[in-house]
Amino acid sequence: MYDFSKMTGAIHEWLSSLMPSILVTTIEWVLIGVVFLALFAILGLVLVILERKIAGFFQFRLGPNRVGPYGMFQTVADTVKLLLKELVSTNKVDKFLYNVAPFFVIIAPLMIMAVIPYGFGLTAYDINVGLLFVMAVSSIGVVGILLAGWSSNNKYSLIGAMRSGAVIISYELSMGLSALLAIVLLAGSLNLNDIVMSQQAGWWLFRGHIPAIIAFVIYIITGTAETNRVPFDLTEAESELGAGYHAEYSGIKFAFFFLSEFVNMFIISALAVTIFLGGWLPFHIPGWEGFNNSMNYIPGPVWFFLKTGVIIFLLMWFRWTFPRLRIDQILTLEWKYLLPISLLNLVLMAFVVMMGWVF
Amino acid sequence: MGAQIMFYILAIIILVFSFLAVTSSKVMRATMYLLFTLIATGGLYFLIDYNFMASVQLIVYAGGIVALIIFAVMLTEKIEAKIALPDKTKMIFAGLLSIVGSIVTIYILLSHPFKESSNDIGQTVSVIGENLLNYGEGGFVLPFELVSILLLASLIAAIVIAKRKFDN
Repeated sequence: MYDFSKMTGAIHEWLSSLMPSILVTTIEWVLIGVVFLALFAILGLVLVILERKIAGFFQFRLGPNRVGPYGMFQTVADTVKLLLKELVSTNKVDKFLYNVAPFFVIIAPLMIMAVIPYGFGLTAYDINVGLLFVMAVSSIGVVGILLAGWSSNNKYSLIGAMRSGAVIISYELSMGLSALLAIVLLAGSLNLNDIVMSQQAGWWLFRGHIPAIIAFVIYIITGTAETNRVPFDLTEAESELGAGYHAEYSGIKFAFFFLSEFVNMFIISALAVTIFLGGWLPFHIPGWEGFNNSMNYIPGPVWFFLKTGVIIFLLMWFRWTFPRLRIDQILTLEWKYLLPISLLNLVLMAFVVMMGWVF
Repeated sequence: MGAQIMFYILAIIILVFSFLAVTSSKVMRATMYLLFTLIATGGLYFLIDYNFMASVQLIVYAGGIVALIIFAVMLTEKIEAKIALPDKTKMIFAGLLSIVGSIVTIYILLSHPFKESSNDIGQTVSVIGENLLNYGEGGFVLPFELVSILLLASLIAAIVIAKRKFDN
């Protein structure tokens, strides 16, 4: 197991030997900020090209193939185009609210990225209520979406925002109440690092019996809905709404919405990995000592991003497989099926934990 | 030092935006100023390392109540219209009342001998859960149950209102 806190500690000591403590703190703030912004931008670039390539794969076509080898620099070109575009807005908008909405949407995922453990000792903000913090900050993103739809002064944007708000607020319940709480019952902590460390004997998806599998399935469904992806993408249903709540945004402001959507998908996958699939812990098979020892040599972040990539592929697979649901079908699914199932599942999980049936 | 700077920044945000929230005549803007005030209050809790309270503040107020207010505001008619100002006498009396109230509050705050307390109690979730279900001394099971009964009553009331048929 590679301890990354030694590396970060060495950087801290090296900086401390050079300058006074207040300057060290400032520089470390800036460093961490730059690292996370870079990760944010890289994730956006990589996930967009990945999505387009996978879409091509599922539809028997090549996808982007002009810019760079296999079209790998297509998203870089797209980003440059977005940066250079003129910022236009509709008439009679409340300028302040119209301009502040993209920031709400983009700051929420950036704050969540700070609490996710990427490796042993590699968390920016190791907070004792990490999971609660994630739910709290993600609920602020909704405000940005509602605000964007309302302040655009466009009926299609407003309808998109209302749909999005309804879907996100209702699916947050199942996600927080059941899927995540069920695993908190097993791990006995809300700290994401503790949850990862509690899976050393085996991932919760396998050790938690049937309730953990039910919780995982519910989590994946609600996670897809939270990120407004197909089959829950009626908020930006192209055929009826244009582009939904961000129809009136252009240039870099549109890029903010677009980027945050993809980073939200990464966060949903990263949380699924952290909570159900052992986070950055290597893949172990009980009894296979040699195999397990050799797996330990692969560093934690590699495992983390590998597992996250698998879940992201799953979400993209959904996108090119399922048809879109109507708003009443979505709300029926949540309130009449997922919520009762997840509440019962929570009781079942509490019973399993109480009887000590976890192996 | 750093904590003090952060405290003053958050305090200024809270003061400015709560003033704007009550003086703004546009409904949506007032809601947003309220949201900024509530988020900055959550920041104060983060500053004293009470992360649980801060997260709950963000979930309940910033995420829940403000989203609800925004939905309500979106459904109101004439959302663009500015709110008419109340008449002069009401404004003068309200101003006097708030000045007296703030003088009393500030006097109490300045004269009260505050005791220093450690902030490492009630940090972990298990401690909070045990205190909520503790019926011994210093336990919170009675208020907890009372709040849940209140919540149940409001839930039933909401269902009754929503199910009511419109009989003309």
